[in-house]
Amino acid sequence: MQLNNRPYSHWREGLTVRDVLDENHFTWPKLVVKVNKTLIWPEDYNSQELLEGDNLEVIHLLGGG
Amino acid sequence: MIKMCDVPRYAGPDAAELEKMKKAHVLLNKVEYERTPLKHGYTDKLLTVDVTDKSVKISDIPAEVKEKFVGGKGYCLRYLWDATTPETRWDSPENEIVMSAGPIAGITQYGGTGKMLVCTISPMTDIPIDSNVGGFFGPYLKFAGFDAIELRGKSDKDVIVVIDGNKGTISIEEAPLEHLDSHLMGEELTAMYADDENDRKNVAVVCTGSAAEHANLSMLNFTFYDPRRNVVRLKQAGRGGIGRVFRDKGIKALVCKWQGVKANLNDAYDFGILNKVGLKFHREVANLDEKQNFMRSTGTAYSLRTLADYDIVPTRNYKFGDAPGIDNMTAEVFRKDWLTQGGADGCWYGCSMACAKTADHFLLKTGPYKGQRVCVDGPEYESAAGLGPNCGITDPQAVLELNFYCDTYGIDTISYGTMTAFLMECYENGILNEERTGGLKLEWGNSEASLEMLHQMARYEGFGKIAALGSHKQKEYFAAQGWGDMDFMNDIAMEQKGLEYSEYGSKESLAQQGGYGLTNKGPQHDEAWLIFMDQVNNQIPTFEDKAEALYYYPMFRTWFGLMGLCKLPWNDIVPADNSTTDEPAKVPEHVANYLDLYYGVTGVRLTNDEMIRQSERVYNFQRIFDIRLGKGLRKNDAVPYRSVGPVTEEEYLSRQERYDGQLVDLVGYTEEQVKAMSLAEKMAATRKFREDRYQSLIDAVYPKRGWTLNGVPTVAHLKELGMDLPELLEVVEPLQDLQP
Repeated sequence: MQLNNRPYSHWREGLTVRDVLDENHFTWPKLVVKVNKTLIWPEDYNSQELLEGDNLEVIHLLGGG
Repeated sequence: MIKMCDVPRYAGPDAAELEKMKKAHVLLNKVEYERTPLKHGYTDKLLTVDVTDKSVKISDIPAEVKEKFVGGKGYCLRYLWDATTPETRWDSPENEIVMSAGPIAGITQYGGTGKMLVCTISPMTDIPIDSNVGGFFGPYLKFAGFDAIELRGKSDKDVIVVIDGNKGTISIEEAPLEHLDSHLMGEELTAMYADDENDRKNVAVVCTGSAAEHANLSMLNFTFYDPRRNVVRLKQAGRGGIGRVFRDKGIKALVCKWQGVKANLNDAYDFGILNKVGLKFHREVANLDEKQNFMRSTGTAYSLRTLADYDIVPTRNYKFGDAPGIDNMTAEVFRKDWLTQGGADGCWYGCSMACAKTADHFLLKTGPYKGQRVCVDGPEYESAAGLGPNCGITDPQAVLELNFYCDTYGIDTISYGTMTAFLMECYENGILNEERTGGLKLEWGNSEASLEMLHQMARYEGFGKIAALGSHKQKEYFAAQGWGDMDFMNDIAMEQKGLEYSEYGSKESLAQQGGYGLTNKGPQHDEAWLIFMDQVNNQIPTFEDKAEALYYYPMFRTWFGLMGLCKLPWNDIVPADNSTTDEPAKVPEHVANYLDLYYGVTGVRLTNDEMIRQSERVYNFQRIFDIRLGKGLRKNDAVPYRSVGPVTEEEYLSRQERYDGQLVDLVGYTEEQVKAMSLAEKMAATRKFREDRYQSLIDAVYPKRGWTLNGVPTVAHLKELGMDLPELLEVVEPLQDLQP
């Protein structure tokens, strides 16, 4: 699995988008999440499971700065 | 919580004292003028005040200046260039402070439209500095009839300059008795020049503080009156020591008075479009702020806790990024225990984002105002991070007290925070000790020592005299005393070109290293904040991608400074469907809003490319201005290694897994080789890799910007921009073939 086009070494069966956000401390309030280019809405983060070949993009929009 | 409006005015000057101050004023010059009303965002008038001979001049701004320099920062730099020579330094009489608000400034239909730009040759960098500031002075000066004001000369007496836009008068008055500190002087002059209580909102003051008499890192405060809190608020033109220049000129304050703010004082070309775009923006703020960045409820400090999650909050002089103890300073803590909202929290009318919070009736524990209750503006993210975790301090009460005293003394919170962090690391390494600091125990987390140093700086005594120098000159002083190794101090002092870094750790973002290092004025993030795009999102993985970002964003963001706009409404709240656009990081709908605002005010319809071109002309002008003053070349874009990688063993070991992994993944060692390497060898290999990468970044960025590999704008690029002005070619032509 890829996270932001980098290999993600912590993939496991049943891993969800929410798990990845939590494990990486992705707490920024403005995230755009896509799996294989398909937009995932926040209400689906808990249920969206990731496959071994998936490309997960978690795009942090600017702000701050 | 006690609110300011519930108690008597904390700093309201005693009426008798105010009368005494007023009586002590001596009128040195007064001129009457016929106010030029705005047309499509411009008056096309420049006000020049020479405090040496107390003269006042009003002149036309030529059409060619307007065409190439647009307004705001463009005007500031143009007039600063014209007034100075390659030999001018910050304290030369001909050095000017130039202020200009820009054509969009002063509209009230959209958020963040009351900004003013301020430029001068900096005492910290010896090149032009620019600062973007809120408060009411910028719009009021426009309404009073001036697109820009330039202050020159040096007065032998402390003077204030008073512009009354309604009466059409400009006076220069000797003003010996007002307090220097801003929370007092702001109140005094507001009360003095207001006709009555209701008129206070019509008075805008620019002043600095007692530290500006001596401290290079001094700033200017711009006031606005908050009728709900019944207090004068302070916003800062913070960076680069403008306050020091102000006081060196003998100027105590500027006052601009304007009664009658209304919706269309800019004489917009298409007022309807301003209303339409503004309404859309306000709806977004109302609907989305609580789902996005909480600017209305917390202000910019919301991001402290979050950025710590990404290892970005500068901690202990940028050694680390995770700020232990940061949970004491979360948005929730500030919101619950310290800050109030619902006052006049927009620093100009019409800003529904309203991020300028205050700590009301804050009880001071130290310093000359100990025991008094005051109103503290902020803290903004930068102030909180710099004064707090960067110095190992995570006590919000201490951070607020530091913030208050920095503001009222006229000290830039960013420079003070970063410089104090450097001094604390010097203390940790024995470069400083209790004897050398006169008893100050500058240990991590010692907020009492930081506050005491600040008070000493304002009094210009003890170690405060050293603190007043700023990091760049401190390194030289410590080395000259034989106290520390210059190479080590160059590595850990987070300053470049003489200016202290703003408050983001950039070790894991090469693009942000460039975002700081490849700036015109020094390492302030307002040109490019690329950490997330680079470090987290991995959206700009190649040198070419990073170079494109380090071209586009500095140019785009320069445009705010030409117009008199705040950056925050661009991307701190974004449209709900922004994520579905091709380039969400650019917030395309908001860029379109800005083009509509420009059209609505001026009647000129720009394309996206033309918008960037407007900025690019001024950006290159500023680069050449730097070169004219002896900086602005590749060597001047070198950065301290602390911004690039781990300087100390402690830093390396704290993130050893990351750094060891990078030696394999990025540098090309095998895991076995890394295991066999000593710590010193690994640190040396990491350093070489990272420093080489920064040079490769420069090699990619300069050509993208139309510069030679030595950082000099090419003649061909200047011609393409229409900036092949004789005075610019005179500077760059001899350098076209000069190798770095």
